[in-house]
Amino acid sequence: MPSGAEAAAVLPPIIAADELAIGYGETVILERLSFTVPHGEVFAILGGSGSGKSTLLRNLIGLDPPLGGRLEVDGAPPRQSDGPPRFGVLFQSGALFGSMTLAQNVALPLRKWTGLDADAIDVVVRSKLRLVGLEGFENHLPSEISGGMKKRAGIARALALDPPLLFLDEPSAGLDPVSSVELDELISTLSRSLGMTTVIVTHELASIFAIAQSCIMVDRGARGIIARGAPGALRDGSDDPRVRAFFNRKSV
Amino acid sequence: MTDRVSEAVGPGYRVERVDGSDGVAALRFAGELRFRQCFQSWKGVRELTQPAASRMRLDLSRVDHLDGAATALLLELKNELASAGAQTDIVGADGPVRAMLELYGAHAKRPSQKPPPVKIGILDQIGRETLELVRESNALDFVGDVAVAGVRALRRPSLVNWADIPRLMERAGADGVPIVLMIGFLVGLVTAFQAAIQLQQFGASIFVADLVGLSMTRELGPLMTAIIVAGRSGAAFSAELGTMRVSEEIDALRTLGLDPYHFLVFPRVIALALVLPLLTVFADVVGIAGGLLVATVKLDLTYNAYLAQTQQAVNLWDVFSGVAKTAVFAVNIALIACQRGLATRGGAEGVGRATTSAVVTSLFAIVLVDAIFTVLFNAFGR
Repeated sequence: MPSGAEAAAVLPPIIAADELAIGYGETVILERLSFTVPHGEVFAILGGSGSGKSTLLRNLIGLDPPLGGRLEVDGAPPRQSDGPPRFGVLFQSGALFGSMTLAQNVALPLRKWTGLDADAIDVVVRSKLRLVGLEGFENHLPSEISGGMKKRAGIARALALDPPLLFLDEPSAGLDPVSSVELDELISTLSRSLGMTTVIVTHELASIFAIAQSCIMVDRGARGIIARGAPGALRDGSDDPRVRAFFNRKSV
Repeated sequence: MTDRVSEAVGPGYRVERVDGSDGVAALRFAGELRFRQCFQSWKGVRELTQPAASRMRLDLSRVDHLDGAATALLLELKNELASAGAQTDIVGADGPVRAMLELYGAHAKRPSQKPPPVKIGILDQIGRETLELVRESNALDFVGDVAVAGVRALRRPSLVNWADIPRLMERAGADGVPIVLMIGFLVGLVTAFQAAIQLQQFGASIFVADLVGLSMTRELGPLMTAIIVAGRSGAAFSAELGTMRVSEEIDALRTLGLDPYHFLVFPRVIALALVLPLLTVFADVVGIAGGLLVATVKLDLTYNAYLAQTQQAVNLWDVFSGVAKTAVFAVNIALIACQRGLATRGGAEGVGRATTSAVVTSLFAIVLVDAIFTVLFNAFGR
């Protein structure tokens, strides 16, 4: 398996945004967004609350249509067509289906998109849950487990079809520091060992430095990207007061 | 001494006004300023500020305690004086009193971002709600989406989540049987009772069987059952889908490549279209039984005579037309409930609004469809 850097040299970027404009209805929140995400990288989209980063994520995963510009995810516009999903998504709350057990949640995309029989699906489901450290919780309902476990289960479901790309919406939001670090480690390990590209929307500084190789920072006031690069370089080298404030935890 | 002194006293505090010869009016506060105590007597303090001098000084050097809301009163007084043209300063505060003033005065005064909501009169409110009902009812987007998804489902029936249907039928149907039986029985009983009083006067008691049989099978059975189902299952569907929408589960479905119409909406429509006619048959039967009870107990008709009369009066078409239209009611209830659920905005309150709107619109649709059926059946002479 090629490492991230080698793969990036060979393959075109897995996400390419060109002059993208996003928002809802007539309201443009961010515009002229141009960035690429190479294969195999952990890429972070940063920004304060209300900066439009979640709206950008909704565009990237095809839930909202862009207001302008071009966006390609894995070689095609992200809007879901009839085929199987081309990427996995972990929503902020996990978004597990409340009436189904964890096993049934993970099995859902497998039942829909693979021809596997029930036994084979069961094996895959167990292995995915083991991957995120939830072995033994197959028959729990989402309401019976903690917030951190819900997110792990959400990751297991997102990984059910072995996607080359995983999106995570504020994975550490609402978690205690220990669960948050454990989740970061899980994400890091998964993306490294599965050779998977990971896009994280977050404002959690610790997570960013721990797992992201590069990032962009968006700002609603500036209506676009105000910084890009490796997180460490931005913290130490940026001249932009908003970027410095963000990385040094100061109010502007 | 040219100083003029006046004072106001409240519980726990006192204020004196000293008009200096230099044209500066000082209000000297002393004691403990607590909101509960000083709110009542604050009017006296405000009167002290009159007549306004060109420079005012609020002297807090002898204030021992200042609580949060009293700080707000004080700052409000300062703003008021300043906007009336007097240069006003707060002086002499230190320690906790000063900290309190800094805390409350820390943010610059800014105009409200959004004007306060305009008060709406009751007639206005009724009008708005009516317009809202009309506007919401024409959710054409949803009709279009359902049509597109429906055509795709017809081409590939495997897209529909058939596995969910038995569970939904159980919840909407089997679980609803007791209430349908009870209401059906009572409606038949009440109808018979009302009719009995009139018919007895003409010695035409036996026609109670006709009246109950026909009104139950043609109208009351279908309508009452549909109303019960709209209240039970319609509300349940929209609350369930609304909660899923709010907790991002609908989005999650989409990202897993599952169409909410195929996965959630169609199973509910099919389940309801199957169970509502069945429930209606139950309501018809127990309604006639209710009539039978009244006829035998109150009108001294025999069991056999009542049933024979019912058999003669009610033909298969009466039953069939009543049951058939409930399938249309069911489709209406399920589609409206799912549309409202999927269109939920906001949090818990949004779910509540969606559910209310689902039930109200369903009831409206049921009555409307029923009227259309009645006119159509009438036109065809049945």
